[in-house]
Amino acid sequence: MNLTTELDEMRTGIRQVALDYKLDFFPTMFELVDYNRMNEIASFGGFPTRYPHWKFGMEYEQLSKGYAYGLQKIYEMVINNDPCYAYLMESNEMVDQKLVMAHVYGHSDFFKNNYWFAMTDRKAMDTMANHGSRIRGYIKKYGFDTVEAFLDVCLTIENLIDPYSPFIKRPVSSKDTDDKPDKPVKKIESKKYMDSFINPEAFLEDQKKKNEDAKETEKRIPEHPEKDVLLFLLEYAPLEKWQQNILSIIRDESYYFAPQAQTKIMNEGWASYWHSKIMTSKCLTDSEVVDYADHHSGTMGVSPGHMNPYKLGIELFKDIEDRWNKGKFGKDYDDCDQTNELAQWDKNLGLGREKIFEVRKIHNDITFIDTFLTKEFVSNQKMFTFGLDKSSGNYVIQDREFKKIKDTLLFNLTNIGQPFIYVLDGNYKNRGELYLKHRFEGLSLEKKYARDTLKSVCNLWGRPVNLETVEENKDILISFDGSDYKEVFMGLRK
Amino acid sequence: MGLKIEQDYNRFKNIVKGKIRKELKEYISRSEMFGKQGKDIVSIPVPQIDLPHFKFDHNEQKGVGQGEGEEGDVIGQADGQGEGSGKAGDSPGDHIMEVEVSLDELAEMLGEELQLPKIEPKGRKNITNLKDRYTSVRNVGPESLRNFKRTFQQALKRQIASGTYNKANPIVIPERRDKRYKSWKTTKKPEASAVIIYMMDVSGSMTEHQKEIVRIESFWIDTWLRSQYKEIDSRYIIHDAEAREVDRETFYHTRESGGTRISSAYRVCLNIINEHYPFEEWNVYPFHFSDGDNWSRDDDQNCIRLLEEELLKRCNMFCYGQVEGIYGVGNFKQVLDESFSIEQNLITSEIEDKEGIYESIKDFLGKGK
Repeated sequence: MNLTTELDEMRTGIRQVALDYKLDFFPTMFELVDYNRMNEIASFGGFPTRYPHWKFGMEYEQLSKGYAYGLQKIYEMVINNDPCYAYLMESNEMVDQKLVMAHVYGHSDFFKNNYWFAMTDRKAMDTMANHGSRIRGYIKKYGFDTVEAFLDVCLTIENLIDPYSPFIKRPVSSKDTDDKPDKPVKKIESKKYMDSFINPEAFLEDQKKKNEDAKETEKRIPEHPEKDVLLFLLEYAPLEKWQQNILSIIRDESYYFAPQAQTKIMNEGWASYWHSKIMTSKCLTDSEVVDYADHHSGTMGVSPGHMNPYKLGIELFKDIEDRWNKGKFGKDYDDCDQTNELAQWDKNLGLGREKIFEVRKIHNDITFIDTFLTKEFVSNQKMFTFGLDKSSGNYVIQDREFKKIKDTLLFNLTNIGQPFIYVLDGNYKNRGELYLKHRFEGLSLEKKYARDTLKSVCNLWGRPVNLETVEENKDILISFDGSDYKEVFMGLRK
Repeated sequence: MGLKIEQDYNRFKNIVKGKIRKELKEYISRSEMFGKQGKDIVSIPVPQIDLPHFKFDHNEQKGVGQGEGEEGDVIGQADGQGEGSGKAGDSPGDHIMEVEVSLDELAEMLGEELQLPKIEPKGRKNITNLKDRYTSVRNVGPESLRNFKRTFQQALKRQIASGTYNKANPIVIPERRDKRYKSWKTTKKPEASAVIIYMMDVSGSMTEHQKEIVRIESFWIDTWLRSQYKEIDSRYIIHDAEAREVDRETFYHTRESGGTRISSAYRVCLNIINEHYPFEEWNVYPFHFSDGDNWSRDDDQNCIRLLEEELLKRCNMFCYGQVEGIYGVGNFKQVLDESFSIEQNLITSEIEDKEGIYESIKDFLGKGK
């Protein structure tokens, strides 16, 4: 449903305020939906149409139960697309709708300007619908069960992509070994007149063949460890055309969603910063203040075992703005060791606003935290690290030390919180087996899941698959040959 | 407006039900689900269905939080429920999910799993009551069934829409097309009705564990029979040396001590049947559970006589379940088996433990009577 006249007037007002603040967003379309439709859209990852799969149904069950029991409510959804689409919950109060609209303009600005979104498909709305109808077509042709089983397989490895790869220009592969001059055929030294006896034709043939075999082994596939496992499988796995198409659809969608995971803190922080700025400076009426404050603080709430990206994001943006307004950066500031001087530091530079616009343009969550998370900020925000205390089975606060907190945060953000999995060899043992490696960075894999996933990969690859990983300080190789698992101990780690 | 998610949602529910069906045998011997029984649905805990991924072992993962607290303060439990698991989208592997299944579906699954034959109701099975109820409205009909209110509403609607309605002079004149008539629907009421009479030995030798088995078993029997009959009554009788009729709560939770005289229960059962459930009109299902110990051989004979002469003639089938307990089992089942042939409508079954429930249900309900 389109916005009501009243809401549309509000929208016009808020949009103007946002423009005055120099936000630069895609044309933004609002739609009013009821809770059922909202849950549906949210289950589809924000899109009104997706390919058919039960995982969306599972998501829907959880969302609608959560809503029915009053545990959660989705106020708004916004989609990275040009034009940007936003869904508002019909039952929101007026002040909520205002807040949400301001919030949406923040997101829309972020989508349009943040560098990490630059490579995303801005016609995703159409693309996703097309993906849906293509897969529906395959279902018609190959049967529901077949296609669903294949989708299940693809979805287990949808996270094995390389989110940075869209930005890297790789040299064209020099794989074409045929161009290299052939090695000379090895001969046994002999007197010329004896040559035809010592190196007979058959022997030379043999030698030549050996050379060719050696060259064959040199052709490693892939040449370098490949992080985009999906791409590797697309290129080399023995798939039928329709299977390839489905796998590539899943891969495209993973790449589309990746930047949202890479910039969760910034994106939510930025949108929250702007809804708060727009609402409190221009758009709130007196009677709305209390409700607004209630809902804003609800969104910003923190619980001990949970990092709220809205809260961390908005506070960090505010901190950056304040520091650049007061000139709390650079050599002079860093070198200063007088506590009282630091506290009163103010050079009246007024560069804050400009700075945060720059930050929203070039950073992602990792560089954002890495660059701007300061010791003062961490202690003001009362941040800590927590972990599982194995003896009691409880999660406990472990540390309040700045470096550890920052490291933990960065670690959890690295590779969108996923383990690094590479393809090392597509012809392992020269038997066409696939060799995957988990690059160990301190955390082991969930074993049962790893095994199940390996099975899926085997399904695609059609030959045995191997995964090198680390468990309890040991390098191990888990293999699956289509029916059985095998685990080989490879060595102790130092 | 129909939702597109409907298809995915149904598919998901089917997958879940498939899972339950596959493991029904295991569910049959478990009791968690009955605590969550609503009127027509039960919620069954099933392991979360999940697409596997390569992911970190959540027990090793650390997180960053915000708030007060000293180092070492507990902020959450490790089972991963609710707070504590820290990072978004990172849920532990063995989450339990509650799925709601209607009792009809459950009965259907049970029927398929145990290959239970459908019951042929007897008695007035072919007699169905036809009843007319005026539930809807239509555009044509006899004037005697004219619905004034709807007709005038329709006329008013039309006049407002066409602009002929005058507020100052509000005269509403229905035309032919505005007229609405009451309409009826004929409903058939099947008359096959049944009663289940549960009897249980609550003497000192019956332990909690044995009662638990009885409770689980009767849940399934109830579920199945309810799916077979439109209307069903349940009656409960407990007995030690004396028997009396009780309500459901009491039935499952009473513990008495003292001896066991089974015939007392059969007498009460017979009285109930005679008073309320004439066999010509009712399908009668008495179920009796005990540990098999009886007062004396004399009483065994009393029971046999009661069954032979009265009870068996008045019920579809009479089921006796002998539940094994810590004191072992008595020989009442043996006595019954010796006195009655297989052709007669008396079914006995021995339930050794919770795992035995599955087979026992099959014994009882597998005859299709």
